Amino acid sequence: MINIFEVYETNKMIEQEKLDVRTITMGISLLDCCDADLDTLNQNIYHKITRLAQDLVSVGGDIEREYGIPIVNKRISVTPVSLVGAQACTCPEDYVAVAKTLDKAAKATGVNFLGGYSALVSKGMTPADENLIRSIPMALSSTERVCSSVNIGSTRTGINMDAVKLMGEIVKETAEATREDSSLGCAKLVVFCNAPDDNPFMAGAFHGVTEADAVINVGVSGPGVVKHALESVRGENFEVLCETVKKTAFKVTRVGQLVAQEASERLGVPFGILDLSLAPTPSVGDSVAEILEEMGLESVGAPGTTAALALLNDQVKKGGVMASSFVGGLSGAFLPVSEDQGMIDAVNRGALTIEKLEAMTCVCSVGLDMIAIPGTTPAATIAGIIADEAAIGMINQKTTAVRLIPVIGKDVGDTVEFGGLLGYAPIQPVNTFSCEAFVNRGGRIPAPIHSFKN
Amino acid sequence: MKKTIITVVGKDTIGIIAKVSTYLADNQINVEDISQTIIQGYFNMMMIVDTSRSSIPFGEMARDLEAIGEEIGLKIRCQHEDIFTRMHRI
Repeated sequence: MINIFEVYETNKMIEQEKLDVRTITMGISLLDCCDADLDTLNQNIYHKITRLAQDLVSVGGDIEREYGIPIVNKRISVTPVSLVGAQACTCPEDYVAVAKTLDKAAKATGVNFLGGYSALVSKGMTPADENLIRSIPMALSSTERVCSSVNIGSTRTGINMDAVKLMGEIVKETAEATREDSSLGCAKLVVFCNAPDDNPFMAGAFHGVTEADAVINVGVSGPGVVKHALESVRGENFEVLCETVKKTAFKVTRVGQLVAQEASERLGVPFGILDLSLAPTPSVGDSVAEILEEMGLESVGAPGTTAALALLNDQVKKGGVMASSFVGGLSGAFLPVSEDQGMIDAVNRGALTIEKLEAMTCVCSVGLDMIAIPGTTPAATIAGIIADEAAIGMINQKTTAVRLIPVIGKDVGDTVEFGGLLGYAPIQPVNTFSCEAFVNRGGRIPAPIHSFKN
Repeated sequence: MKKTIITVVGKDTIGIIAKVSTYLADNQINVEDISQTIIQGYFNMMMIVDTSRSSIPFGEMARDLEAIGEEIGLKIRCQHEDIFTRMHRI
């Protein structure tokens, strides 16, 4: 029998501690939309997305009302577009036409973001991949809801340094193309190493080629809940601390599993995975940084931060894994700077640098995320940061990513405002010593020795 | 049929149960269990109800009860029971 204290606890988590289901993402394969004719391709894509996802937003709303759990985003991810468009698109402009179709389909279905304007080039680039990558600045500046990602390396293949160099330039061009909007285009562009096929979180979501025709992936989030739970064990030892995070992660994940099953059943689309991540938002009390500080750090960035984060990430996974039948995606703690009030405060008080963030990405769920840097940062330096982050992923067999925003016209000391869930960020200084000669070598960094497991 | 949990949270006042149960009776919703307690200084009531013979859809019931709550200065929520059973039971 249900007990009033449990009911009260659940509702307190939702109302006061901001427990939510961050996203229901419908992954849709577009491989069967391929055609040699661009117009036909666009029509096929539009029809398939709008047919499968027409009820996504309304079903999400129904579940939200019936269970009283907020579902913040309803989104779509599609097959990497470089593959879908390979036959029809002969130049970057052709890909932009596809991006516009995706944007139209996103608006028609009412989702706030659609991911998958992507290329997977961890080992090499086809002409189609290169055309798509070169079209990214134009695509992101002429669409509203399309998100893009490029996978430039993996533990199995090594790092495609030609792609890394190109992405340094593309990030800069995207910043320029969207300079009127505080270079917002870069907030919709992620560069990955070891990208998972089933990540429901934007901007890096895409529907991998290993996936079924359509799936429902759900991302849960509850940094506020974890922080509140830790308040009750202040001063206790690590065993108690870990146990508390684990139990909380279990409860949070169970809610996600329920929503995922309901959504999958009502939409008639199989359930893919649950991503049990702690994803912050800019609102107070919904911060990963605050969890780390609750563990006993004066500020995020202080010595001990990486250990605290490692512990948090591991316990979240341990607690969540048993609560869902399929766990996947990026599962862990996200560290976006602009979207986490605690991170913003830490940067402002000088406690948190890009170098410390990089160290933290060795043990977090993804990587350098939503970091605003001076608009004058050279493309080669951005490529260097991407290469560093990809190397961490490649060597440690984990997903890493970079989402840097070189804000054109702004410098260290300025603040950039993105609005909504994307938040705001102080411009952070970047090491100014050049890595140009390194980045310009071209070619590929071979896969590490431990990738040969056969 | 899924059971629905109705929670009423706020300052104690006369006639809360009467108002809520009258509404439920009028709409063919059967109350199976009521428990109440004071948690952190707030009046907390929980009703487990069966809506299988209900004359109105779930959304309408939730909206009406929310409005009744607002009239008397209380927060009334309706949720399917699954969210609680899933979170607290393995």
